[in-house]
Amino acid sequence: MYMSQKDSFVKFEKVDKSYDGEILVVKDLNLDVPKGEFLTMLGPSGSGKTTVLMMLAGFETPTSGEIYLDGNPISSIPPNKRGIGMVFQNYALFPHMTVKENLAFPLEVRKMQKSQIDEKVGNALAMVELQDFGNRMPLQLSGGQQQRVALARSLVFEPRLVLMDEPLGALDKNLREQMQYEIKHIHEKIGITVVYVTHDQSEALTMSNRIAVFNDGKIQQISSPDILYEKPNSSFVAQFIGENNQLKGKVKSINGENCIVTTESGDDIHALKINVNNNGDGSLVSLRPERVAINSSESFENNFEAKVKELIYLGDHIRSRVEVCGNDQFIVKIPNSYKEANLKEGSTVKLSWKASDSRALDLN
Amino acid sequence: MNQTQTSTGPILTTDGIPLKVSLKKAERINKIRAFLLVLPLLAFILITFLVPIGDMLSRSVDDRQINTVFPKTFEVYQKWDRQGLPSEEVYKTMFFEVKNSEGYNIGKASTRMNYSKSGWKSLLKKSKRKFKKIEEGPYKEQMIAIDKKWGDIEYWKALGQMVDPTTMGYYLNAVDLKYDSNKEIVQQKENRRIYNKTWIKTFKVSLLVTLFCLLLGYPISYLLATLPMKYSNLLMICVLLPFWTSLLVRTVAWMVMLQQKGVLNNLLVMSNLLADENRFQLMYNQTAVVIVMTQILLPFMVLPLYSVMKTISPTYMRAALNLGASPIHAFYKIYMPNSVPGVSAGCLLVFIIAIGYYITPELVGGKDGQMVGNWIAYHLKTTLNWGLCASLGAILLAMMTVLYWAYNKIVGIENIKLG
Repeated sequence: MYMSQKDSFVKFEKVDKSYDGEILVVKDLNLDVPKGEFLTMLGPSGSGKTTVLMMLAGFETPTSGEIYLDGNPISSIPPNKRGIGMVFQNYALFPHMTVKENLAFPLEVRKMQKSQIDEKVGNALAMVELQDFGNRMPLQLSGGQQQRVALARSLVFEPRLVLMDEPLGALDKNLREQMQYEIKHIHEKIGITVVYVTHDQSEALTMSNRIAVFNDGKIQQISSPDILYEKPNSSFVAQFIGENNQLKGKVKSINGENCIVTTESGDDIHALKINVNNNGDGSLVSLRPERVAINSSESFENNFEAKVKELIYLGDHIRSRVEVCGNDQFIVKIPNSYKEANLKEGSTVKLSWKASDSRALDLN
Repeated sequence: MNQTQTSTGPILTTDGIPLKVSLKKAERINKIRAFLLVLPLLAFILITFLVPIGDMLSRSVDDRQINTVFPKTFEVYQKWDRQGLPSEEVYKTMFFEVKNSEGYNIGKASTRMNYSKSGWKSLLKKSKRKFKKIEEGPYKEQMIAIDKKWGDIEYWKALGQMVDPTTMGYYLNAVDLKYDSNKEIVQQKENRRIYNKTWIKTFKVSLLVTLFCLLLGYPISYLLATLPMKYSNLLMICVLLPFWTSLLVRTVAWMVMLQQKGVLNNLLVMSNLLADENRFQLMYNQTAVVIVMTQILLPFMVLPLYSVMKTISPTYMRAALNLGASPIHAFYKIYMPNSVPGVSAGCLLVFIIAIGYYITPELVGGKDGQMVGNWIAYHLKTTLNWGLCASLGAILLAMMTVLYWAYNKIVGIENIKLG
């Protein structure tokens, strides 16, 4: 995707980062973030995503390359002059100040008038619905409330860009989901540019306009959540985002956009050719569990017999583990509405799926 | 219906005993077990800490010994109107009690009497020897004939201070006051006023040492808390190394360092920064005490500071920078307030240790650098005036309690963190 420098609000150009002079934790990073976008950097720990965020905030300097903010290089600007808001992993609320004092801090250092400060602090508290908590100390608040104060503090001085470093990591699951929607709504309301770091893929899918999947210091794939889920272009991304079945084999033949992969058990799987190139290459065929039909009357390119190993009732669907094409960890999600008497552990079923739903990826 | 019934009456366990009763019973065993576990320590603290302190406090007001030596004399003494010399009866009782008493007891008593009026000790020693020759009365004239002091009313008046089994005399003495012969509180004679000066000096030295420890310790602790582990460990060893060296060795090393022909002065003279005749007088005065005690007590400041600073997350500083504060502003507004528990713990600890310090002022203080601790040691070992020792110690203890109380009022004791 090409974007001119004018369009990109944040731009990383050939950025490398090394801490010890031996290992590059960020390798040749090129990234453009347009104004108003919610971009999530997603990856396992140690993938370099937090380092990228710290370089943007100014707490780390690139070893080589340049970062641009609104067209201006910022590598030599200290963090306190960048005007970028940030929500830290453990909120970093100042424990000796009340909520109001925390929010007023960035305004006071900007030498704003008292009345103006009060107004802005009041607005920020209203935005996160904590009007009655202004005089509390941070430690008197619950985790979710602290999180909201941290969010309000990062926005109160109206920065051009807000960075969030795994802000929901310390919250329990329900609260995390609720906060995801709140952050998303605030982003939509004020239209600010957000760069968000997380290792939680469902968080990334919920909130982002685009997701950059990091691994090994590099962006593996950057695209919108639906494309990332539907069309992963490497087996790392396919595994990292959502649940995924993998069938290991070798490329037998390539025919334009399609190919056939033969598994060790001798089954031929019809799949899209994504990043395999030659006959004989090893490949992992990736397939989403919900794209597999069970005992379907329709006929697809791929039809196999499978043995049911395990059935788990999960309310809205039944999760079944089956053995197919030599893989006994193959997951099929059967909708709750599917009723058939002979579906029990040990029984044999017919699985079928489209060639366009199976993606022949590299052997990672 | 059933539920409303149970909620109004006391809640019962399944065997019908009220829940509160069985809970207490169940917890009593735990309480007893916990108590038995701490019992040895409790006994140890009681025997080695509380009892000696109690003994010290009682010694500081105790005046009973003399009453056991002269019980009858003090009885008849009470009838004396303090106008003119006492009656023959007083002299007679005194005579027999001196003559018949054991040498050890009268020696102790005479020491005590000497605190009230000097001269008593030699008078009793002489009298004890000469009374043997006196066979019969009247005794008054014969006693005055042995020593004129028996005819001096001031000596008799001084006895009045000792009639009570308790005395404030030692405390008065500890702040340069005394009883005069009419038992009024007056100031000591000009040339005998030493303790108030010593108290002020002790406070001054302790405050200076605390201040210098804080000034030196704060940056070191900050480095310790923020440097990466491999450097901070090395620095920590540098801080603790002196701690592992004997106090005496360190003090003597400082003596070598600071004396007039010592390392420091020699270096300055050799490098022509200082003329040979202007060598600094750094040893045997208060300056020496402050320098050496600062070095010795520095770890007591660094350790609590470090332990508090270690808990201040570096993200606070990052957050402050991110919100637009300059590094100095962020340090002043965010880091320093969060380090207050360490600062107060360190200051309190150093001050408490400094105020009762003894060995360093003794070795490097000279005449000018003696602190209260040195006077306590002097009276303990040389003059054997334990009452005065006890009162000086009790005043020290009281001061610390007041300080602690004030500190609790101002900073709050929950804000302290010793490690």
